[in-house]
Amino acid sequence: MSPSRGGGAYEEIREAELQQLRRHIYEEGWSNSSPMQAINEKVLGMLKSKYGDAILGANEFRGELTIVVPKERIVEVCRFMKEDGELAFDLLADLCGIDMYTPENRFGVIYNLYSLKTKHRIRLKTFTEEENPKVPTVTGVWGTANWHERETYDMFGIIFEGHPDLRRMYMPDEFEYHPLRKDFPLMGIPGSLDLPKK
Amino acid sequence: MGLESWMGDGYIATKLEDVINWCRKNSLYPMPMGISCCAIEMMAAAGPRFDIARFGSEVMRFTPRQCDVMIVAGTTTFKMAKVVRKIYDQMPEPKWVIAMGACTSSGGMYRTYSVVQGIDQFLPVDVYVAGCPPRPDNLLNALMLLQQKVQRGECKGTAPAYVGDFRRSHQAKTVG
Repeated sequence: MSPSRGGGAYEEIREAELQQLRRHIYEEGWSNSSPMQAINEKVLGMLKSKYGDAILGANEFRGELTIVVPKERIVEVCRFMKEDGELAFDLLADLCGIDMYTPENRFGVIYNLYSLKTKHRIRLKTFTEEENPKVPTVTGVWGTANWHERETYDMFGIIFEGHPDLRRMYMPDEFEYHPLRKDFPLMGIPGSLDLPKK
Repeated sequence: MGLESWMGDGYIATKLEDVINWCRKNSLYPMPMGISCCAIEMMAAAGPRFDIARFGSEVMRFTPRQCDVMIVAGTTTFKMAKVVRKIYDQMPEPKWVIAMGACTSSGGMYRTYSVVQGIDQFLPVDVYVAGCPPRPDNLLNALMLLQQKVQRGECKGTAPAYVGDFRRSHQAKTVG
């Protein structure tokens, strides 16, 4: 028997908690068939039946579904996700960019959706090329995408076509670079940001 | 002023400047340039527990026209530097600057493209305060050091003073 450091009662409670957790994970099949996965399958099925050719890929990790969509179709898929009465992904929780630093499809935009009705989360992804990275805007679907897209434009230089007011969010307007790109040095480009004279 | 006839000849100090400096040092109006978390400690210094009023500096003015000393409390980005400098330029002479905290003095932990690595790159700093954030005591210590400078008639970042544990190498960097 291993020596216990704490009191006996505490050890018992902890052991009971661990047993409950093990039962939850291994016996009840928590990682295989959760309610979350049932919704995932349903969402993917609906999207595939409606936009079969627009689903480039789907990946499920720990119950979270990620769907890759070509950038030409992203707006109509988003609109369907929001306006379909059953899915009702009415909240754009986040919109962010990613720099894969690959020769093709270098930049990506990621849409994290949340449904207040079903309390479910879905992630959409779309990719664009390094030269002239352009993605259509989804400000017409969710108004909150306005500032998110401005931030993504500021940090990655992804141009959102049709955006009503695509200005920089954080960096000064005259700044020429996009700091979260992988080829941007951490300390910045010397002389690119001017300071007032002493 | 007529005082001589009342107090007798040769009683009043001949250097008026010393008297003016004594007045100035005991009524420094701070410009609370609270940019980030150091501002919380600055507010604590102004509160009743630490009570910056003991040193005659309780009158935090939110217009630069009425201020003598700017307490720059927080991370200064390149975008904010222009604003800080503009507010400094609007303050009437003579004026002093306290760089409060690690970020303000040297960029601190933000060794990155957007943060100015020390506000002495665009402002004459009179007192640097170490700490992340500095305790209110340290800010009061800085104010007392600044009062000594004011009494000596020093201004515009001449011979900056240091509060707290600044390493020698760092000192050389910020002074130079």
